[in-house]
Amino acid sequence: MTEQVPNKFIVPIGPQHPALKEPGHFEFSVDGEIVTDASIRLGYVHRGVERGTEDRTWVQNLYLIERICGICSHIHATAYTLGVEKLAGLSAPPRAQAIRELFCELERIHSHLLWIGVAAHEAGFDALFMYSWRDRETVMDLLEELSGNRVHYSCNVLGGVKFDISDAQRDAILRGLDFLEQRTHHYLQVVTQDAAFVRRTRGVGVMTKEQAVEYGAVGPVARASGVERDVRVDAPYLAYEQFPVQMITDTAGDLEARFAVRVRELFESYRVIRAILDKLPAGELMAKMPRKIPPGEAIVRVEAPRGELFYFIKSNGGDKPERVKVRTPSICNFGSVARLTIGHQLADAPMILAGIDPCFSCNDRAVRIKRQDHIQSWTWSDLRRYALKKYSA
Amino acid sequence: MQLNLDQVWGGALDKLKTWARVNSPWAIHYNSGSCNGCDIEILATLTPRYDLERVGVKLQGSPRHADILICTGPVTLQSRERLKRIYEQMPEPKFVVAVGSCAISGGAFQGCYNIVGHVDAVIPVDVYIPGCPPRPEAIIDGVVKLLESLKERGRVGERERAGRSAEPGAGDSETEEKPQQR
Repeated sequence: MTEQVPNKFIVPIGPQHPALKEPGHFEFSVDGEIVTDASIRLGYVHRGVERGTEDRTWVQNLYLIERICGICSHIHATAYTLGVEKLAGLSAPPRAQAIRELFCELERIHSHLLWIGVAAHEAGFDALFMYSWRDRETVMDLLEELSGNRVHYSCNVLGGVKFDISDAQRDAILRGLDFLEQRTHHYLQVVTQDAAFVRRTRGVGVMTKEQAVEYGAVGPVARASGVERDVRVDAPYLAYEQFPVQMITDTAGDLEARFAVRVRELFESYRVIRAILDKLPAGELMAKMPRKIPPGEAIVRVEAPRGELFYFIKSNGGDKPERVKVRTPSICNFGSVARLTIGHQLADAPMILAGIDPCFSCNDRAVRIKRQDHIQSWTWSDLRRYALKKYSA
Repeated sequence: MQLNLDQVWGGALDKLKTWARVNSPWAIHYNSGSCNGCDIEILATLTPRYDLERVGVKLQGSPRHADILICTGPVTLQSRERLKRIYEQMPEPKFVVAVGSCAISGGAFQGCYNIVGHVDAVIPVDVYIPGCPPRPEAIIDGVVKLLESLKERGRVGERERAGRSAEPGAGDSETEEKPQQR
């Protein structure tokens, strides 16, 4: 008897594809409509930022690091400044810390609203996409009013912040939040009650608490599976001790829970911003920073909109960092996508992918891959040989 | 009096093509290593507040259906070949819009080891939109400028055609009869 070779049909998606705005290549093996295997190829947006930081001074790096990701640029710059301040042995004044936290939360609002739109677009629910992006313009206007730019706010400087918040701006923020809060109630209703939409999300891509821990999920994805993991609560930084947030969790672990957790986090952000504006500490905006940073190593953990963001910064006492290592939340969450899509319909795959709020520009970086017993990594000479071979033509 | 049908038909067809091209350009967006900033602004340009669709631009998934390639980011070595391929897949005539400082000069990433630096080095660019990231208004302005230059190009095409047929030998009976045979 001849051996039956199972028919394997691979659907390649990307790197240029209509759904996501960033490049990533996916291969789904399908049996009919059901996904049997998934593989992901990333790295189209690898620019070499970590190496780039070593050629720039501490101050110049602020602007490069902000451009690791356009959606969560402020949190990257905040993590970096916190690390450098730690190395220099000083901290920003309380007012600066509070303003940074305010920007962090405004950024979270813009990021989550953006994500609701993109994820709804994946589900074919373009009305919600357009509505949420229309409302997102409110928070973009606020960010522009405060900082002068819609996307890269450049709010941080080493030792403090650039902008103060005037009374007029304060009122504008409060007005904007009132409008957004009312809209967010509507979104919560839509994502949990709209019959057509819930059929695309309820019970899809279920990740149990154990799986979430095993795959190392972070941020809203982990919290939607019941894992209590939020750096803002676990290890408060900035002014999160003075203006605490409550952790939002859900137990269902499916796409609906991820929607619900993110939407409910928006309410938490509105509350915290109001609290900050209510009791904004008075005082200076900046602490004096030395041009050269004393030698040492610093580790910073902050909560980006997508989950835990980790920075390692090493100084050798010069005016440039010796090493900056970034670990972004998206790459932690990507492991779960390949596993969760298996067994689902192909049409659900983009939804599950969008469910982790992937940010390719954040996660395309060189990593060491550790499989159970062996570590797969490239040595310098390996890399050099590979590069010579590839780019010799 | 002999009618120069080639010129009449050709001119009319050119006018029609330019009219169609200017009124409904389909765009494709490729991120060749951008930080996302420009990409979210391009998406914001398509959403209700700015609504690029009112000038007829539709974001299209497949390069084979697109007229305009909107390109963001300093081209990374990984995406260089892919960008070329997408450009080659697009049917003629095709136009490229480079959005953002990175696409123009490499921007903040200048000197990083994995980037080519600018879109220009890989494919020809028609319109540059500076900014980090450019505001949605700037993106609309860039696209509208491109469309206006297309109109102008259509006129140039007509003039060229008119000039060519005015050349000696261009108006003989062979060329005249072709449209009638069709």
